[in-house]
Amino acid sequence: MTAIVFDRVGKQFGNFTALQEISFTVEQGDFFALLGPNGAGKTTLISILGGLTRASSGSTTVMGFDVQRDYRAARRAVGIVPQELVFDPFFTVRETLRFQSGYFGIRNNDDWIDEILAHIGLTEKADTNMRKLSGGMKRRVMVAQALVHRPPVIVLDEPTAGVDVELRQSLWAFVRSLNADGHTIVLTTHYLEEAEMLCNRIAMLKQGRLLALEDKDKLMSRGASRHLLIKTASTGLPAALQPLLASQSEEGFELRLADCNQLESILVELRQAGVGLKDIEITKPDLEEIFVEMMNQ
Amino acid sequence: MQGFYTLFYKEMLRFWKVSFQTVAAPVLTALLYQLIFAHSIGQHVEPYPGVSYSAFLIPGLAMMSMLQNSFANTSSSLIQSKITGNIVFLLLPPLSHMEFFLAYTLAAVVRGFVVGVGVIVVTLLFAVPPFAHPLWMLVFGLLGCGVMGILGLIAGIWAEKFDQLAGFQNFIIMPLTFLSGVFYSIHSLPPFWQNVSHFNPVFYMIDGFRYACFGVGDVAPWLSFGVVGVTFLLLSALTLHLLRSGYKLRR
Ligand SMILES: Nc1ncnc2c1ncn2[C@@H]1O[C@H](COP(=O)(O)OP(=O)(O)O)[C@@H](O)[C@H]1O
Ligand SMILES: [Mg+2]
Repeated sequence: MTAIVFDRVGKQFGNFTALQEISFTVEQGDFFALLGPNGAGKTTLISILGGLTRASSGSTTVMGFDVQRDYRAARRAVGIVPQELVFDPFFTVRETLRFQSGYFGIRNNDDWIDEILAHIGLTEKADTNMRKLSGGMKRRVMVAQALVHRPPVIVLDEPTAGVDVELRQSLWAFVRSLNADGHTIVLTTHYLEEAEMLCNRIAMLKQGRLLALEDKDKLMSRGASRHLLIKTASTGLPAALQPLLASQSEEGFELRLADCNQLESILVELRQAGVGLKDIEITKPDLEEIFVEMMNQ
Repeated sequence: MQGFYTLFYKEMLRFWKVSFQTVAAPVLTALLYQLIFAHSIGQHVEPYPGVSYSAFLIPGLAMMSMLQNSFANTSSSLIQSKITGNIVFLLLPPLSHMEFFLAYTLAAVVRGFVVGVGVIVVTLLFAVPPFAHPLWMLVFGLLGCGVMGILGLIAGIWAEKFDQLAGFQNFIIMPLTFLSGVFYSIHSLPPFWQNVSHFNPVFYMIDGFRYACFGVGDVAPWLSFGVVGVTFLLLSALTLHLLRSGYKLRR
C-alpha cells in the first residue's frame, strides 16, 4: 500500500496560491525528503496531511485514509513534528507525553514513553517542567509527542533547525532506526546534506509547484558534472586543460568533468607538460548544487 | 472515549495546578462582595419576606462566581493554546468534535462547582439559606456553568488576541452577569429594566438558583429551566458546528 497520496492538492490563502496541483506519492518504507526554499509550501502541504489546514482542492490520503472524510483513522496513521517550537508550560515532559497518548486513545503507555525518552536522551528530564527545558530538549519532546501512538508514517518539519550537531546526529540515528523498522519517514530540512545522507527519494517544491520528484540517486546523477581537484607542484596549468577550469584557489585547480573517462587524458596532459601532482580528489556533485541549479531554472 | 477523558483531566489539572488564582481568588472576591454589600445595604432591605439581604446575596454571588469562572476556564485555556501554538497537539490527534466540546465544557463546569462550593462555604458565616431544593440547585449549577463554559469556548475559538477576549468578557459577559439580579431582586427595578432583564438568560440562571435556595424567586423555576436549557442546547449546537467547520482553528 502507498503510504501517502497527494492528488492535485491546491491551497489558496485568500487570493494567494500557496500550493498548485501538487501530486505525488510516498511509498511505505520510504525515507522521503521534501525540499524547497522558504515559503515554497512545505509546511502547508504537511499541515494538509495532518488536518491542520484544509486543502482548497484535491485529495490527500495517509495509509489509504482520506484526511478529511476519514480523519480519525488518517490521524492515527501519522505522527507529525511541527516546525514551530511549541509546548504547554503547565506540564512536565511525562505529563505531556501521557496526555498526547491519551488523545490518541492510548492508556498506560509508559513503557513506550520510557523507551522513546531513552532514545532521545531525555530520561533524566521526564519529571521536569517543559518550561525548564532548553530549546533543543523541547524540540526532542515534540519528536516524542509525534511517536507516542507508534504511527506508521512519521513527518518531521525541519526538526533539526536550531539543534546542535551532536543532538542532530543522535536524532537521525533514531529516525533511521525507525525507518529500518518499517516506518515511512518524510522530512523537510534546510540542511541538504541531511537529505542527501538519509533519504532515498526527494521532492523539490518551489512557489507551490513541484519541480522535481525522483529517487535520490537518479537526481544526483542527473546534474552529474563531477569535479576534479588537483594540486600541482608548479603553479601553471597546461593550456590544453584550460577549457575545463571551473575555479582556481589556494587549494589548487578545480576542473569540471563531463564524465570519469576524461580523467585518463587529463593525467596524460599533465605528464606531457611535466607538471607534477601533489594531490588529487574527485568530488561528486552534491545535492546542494543540484538544488541551487533547479531552483534557478 | 479515552481522548475525551484525557483532555477533560488535562483541563482540570490545568486550573488545579494554579488553584490559588483560579479558585482561591474568586472565593475571596465573593467574600469581599458579601462583606461590603451585606453590611452597607443589608440593614435596610428584605428582598423576600423572611429572607435577609445577607442570605439573599449568597446564591447570587455563588452563581455569579461559578458562571464567570466557567467562562474563564474554557476561554483562557483556548486562547493560551492558540497564542502559544500548542493547540496543534490537540488538532493533530483523532479527537472527535464531540470529545473536544465535552471535555472543555465539563472541565469548566467542574471549576465552576469548585468555586461555587468555596463561595457558599465562606458566605455561610454571614447567613444560612435553607437550600430548599437541592436538585434544582444542581440543575441550574450544571446548566449555568455549562452555558458559560460553552460561551468561553466560542470566545476562545473566535478571539485571536488577548484583548479581543477581554472585549468579549467586558462587553458581553460582565453586563450579562451584573444585570441579572445578583445584587437585587428585579422587582425592585423600574418596569423598563425589568423587561430588559427578562431577555437576559443569565437572569434565569441566577433566579433559578436562588429559587432552589429559598423556594421563592422572581419567576417560576420551570420557566428558568426552559430558558437556560434552550440556551444551552442552542449554544452547544453552534459550538459543535464551529468545531466541525474548523472555524479559526483549522485554516
Ligand atoms: N495562514 C496563512 N495565511 C496566509 N498565507 C500563508 C499562511 N500560511 C502560509 N502562508 C503562505 O504560504 C506560503 C507557503 O508557506 P509555508 O508552507 O510555510 O512554506 P515553507 O514551509 O515551505 O517555508 C508562504 O508564502 C506563506 O507566507
Ligand atoms: Mg516550513
